[in-house]
Amino acid sequence: MAEAAPRPGAAPSGIGQPALVHALFVAPYMLLLVGLVVAPLGLGIWLAFQDYDMLGGWGGGVGLDNFRNLLDDRIFRGTVRNTLKFVVMTTPAFVALGLFLALTLNNALRRSAILRAIFFGSSVLSVTIVTLVWRLVYLPDRGLLADILALVHLPSVDLVTSPTWALPAIAIVTVWWIIGLPMTLFLAGLQQIPPELYEAAALDNAGRWRTLTAITLPSIRRTIAVVAVIEVILQFQLFGQALLITGGGPDNTTRPMVQFIYEAGFRDLQLGFAAAASQVLFALMLIAALAQMWAGRRRGMGT
Amino acid sequence: MAELSLRRVSKQFGQVEVIRDLSLDIPSGEFAVFLGPSGCGKSTLLRMIAGLETLGAGEIHLGGNRIDTMPPGDRGVAMVFQHYALYPHMTVRQNMAFGLHNIGTPPAEVARKIADAAAMLEIDALLERKPGQLSGGQRQRVAIGRAIVKQPQAFLFDEPLSNLDAALRSRTRIELARLHQRVQSTMVFVTHDQVEAMTMATRIVVMNQGRIEQVGTPMEIYQRPASRFVAGFIGAPAMNFLPVADVTAQGGMAVVTLGDGTTVATTVPIAALAGGTGLTLGVRAEHVHPGSGAEARVDVIERLGERTLVYANLRDGSSIVYDEPGDVRLAVGETVHLAIDGTAIHLFDAHAQAVRG
Repeated sequence: MAEAAPRPGAAPSGIGQPALVHALFVAPYMLLLVGLVVAPLGLGIWLAFQDYDMLGGWGGGVGLDNFRNLLDDRIFRGTVRNTLKFVVMTTPAFVALGLFLALTLNNALRRSAILRAIFFGSSVLSVTIVTLVWRLVYLPDRGLLADILALVHLPSVDLVTSPTWALPAIAIVTVWWIIGLPMTLFLAGLQQIPPELYEAAALDNAGRWRTLTAITLPSIRRTIAVVAVIEVILQFQLFGQALLITGGGPDNTTRPMVQFIYEAGFRDLQLGFAAAASQVLFALMLIAALAQMWAGRRRGMGT
Repeated sequence: MAELSLRRVSKQFGQVEVIRDLSLDIPSGEFAVFLGPSGCGKSTLLRMIAGLETLGAGEIHLGGNRIDTMPPGDRGVAMVFQHYALYPHMTVRQNMAFGLHNIGTPPAEVARKIADAAAMLEIDALLERKPGQLSGGQRQRVAIGRAIVKQPQAFLFDEPLSNLDAALRSRTRIELARLHQRVQSTMVFVTHDQVEAMTMATRIVVMNQGRIEQVGTPMEIYQRPASRFVAGFIGAPAMNFLPVADVTAQGGMAVVTLGDGTTVATTVPIAALAGGTGLTLGVRAEHVHPGSGAEARVDVIERLGERTLVYANLRDGSSIVYDEPGDVRLAVGETVHLAIDGTAIHLFDAHAQAVRG
């Protein structure tokens, strides 16, 4: 032990030691992240405090003026209300319906495999196709909905032009369109539950309902939270369906925040104003997602 | 406390027959161990008793009631699973209470039963923890506790020790034996580990390919194996099997000649052999004594500490193992002389069944 032999724990050639070369491994991802996420995010935040018009050019910093104008804008306040309503309508539907489909189709039957494929299938369609199909469904007098109502001798309704029903109509389209993702996430969660747990529950005299509430749901608690957060984030960004089905009408009752941002930025060319609206949307999404994660964690500790 | 009785039970998975026309009675209060290699159907049989597998045919009765038509929860059995199957989101107390709540047990009684079981298993301090915070051995105790609080007529154990390390396994073996003495319930324990079977069972059921090879007390199984399969499966090292070249009679008893010309005078009556051919002689390592007799070359020496196993080759090439207490002064390649104790040998006929004297 007289010689200073290399310590057995010490790695031979630089493993575990910092070296600039190692940065090359993360560089491709870092470049994309900085170029496509961090920089635009920072630029957007900066823009929100500027008077920036695509025609008029940069008019210098205006502080909180853009946000003050947004607050005074009746239409913008309406879009916030519409978007929140839409999130409240769709997120519980995605969780409940996705869970229901997953529970029903979580087996090895052939027909379940086919149905899983069908329910997921619509997710691959683009928003233009989906809205085209549903506009045909909603078509007054001649659409599928009208035909069904006629079958049961009910009068035809025009959902899309009704200030009350236009937004729910868009919500239905949205749930139909992308129910596949929550269903798949729930299926993955359900398949993580060891079958032995159900056998133990059967020997413990647990009925179907008791097994669902005491074994299945607590076991996929994390998946439920994940689906809720994902859907909140996704549904706050409602745009295509509303634009293509109602165009924001009737009387702005279906105009979402993203459409407002789009119109302010790319129709009216007021980039600073649009950027400010984007920050409001960003803040709302962040708050909603954080609140959900917080609630999920609290519930997790409670049981 | 109840007698468990399987009557002409069979089971198929598709084309594969896993249990064939099996009948078995386990008297009340016994600790029965289903022992066999993987795929022999022992776990399937246990799951059929529990109600987790359906029966292809036959009936199962427990304490005089036919249970194979009942749902698992109504059968009066409790099961300890191989991977414990504790509910991960529930505390130890909730795990143990779950089954009792489901049958509407009054809360005071639930609390009392859990306290009793926890005291017996020394898990009182763990009641508010979740399974994820417990060690393997502690989870094992909780799983047993969950079974005990139900006060079942029969306990079913599905290889519950296979996930424990060696030291914990031997400790848990002793505790299970103690538990059995204490609760006096009928217990059915599935394992492929002969040591578990030998040490805990009051009765071993040796299974092979969906059939019962032999039922008996551990010492019966060890000393009088009914077939070559049982003889080879029980005991470590495995029993020596040597082909018999010739049989002659001496005073009514069979004298067998082995492949290398060695003769062994047995205590098996010649009449029992019925002139059979294709006999095999089986002898355990402890009944082969070095000193005089057949010549053999030492092949491998295993020193286990308290005894040493010597694997040697007879002149005809067949291998034989014997043991000696303590250490031996031998080296690989040396020649030894081995005598087979003719009073302790087993003879197996051409169908691998033991010839009984």
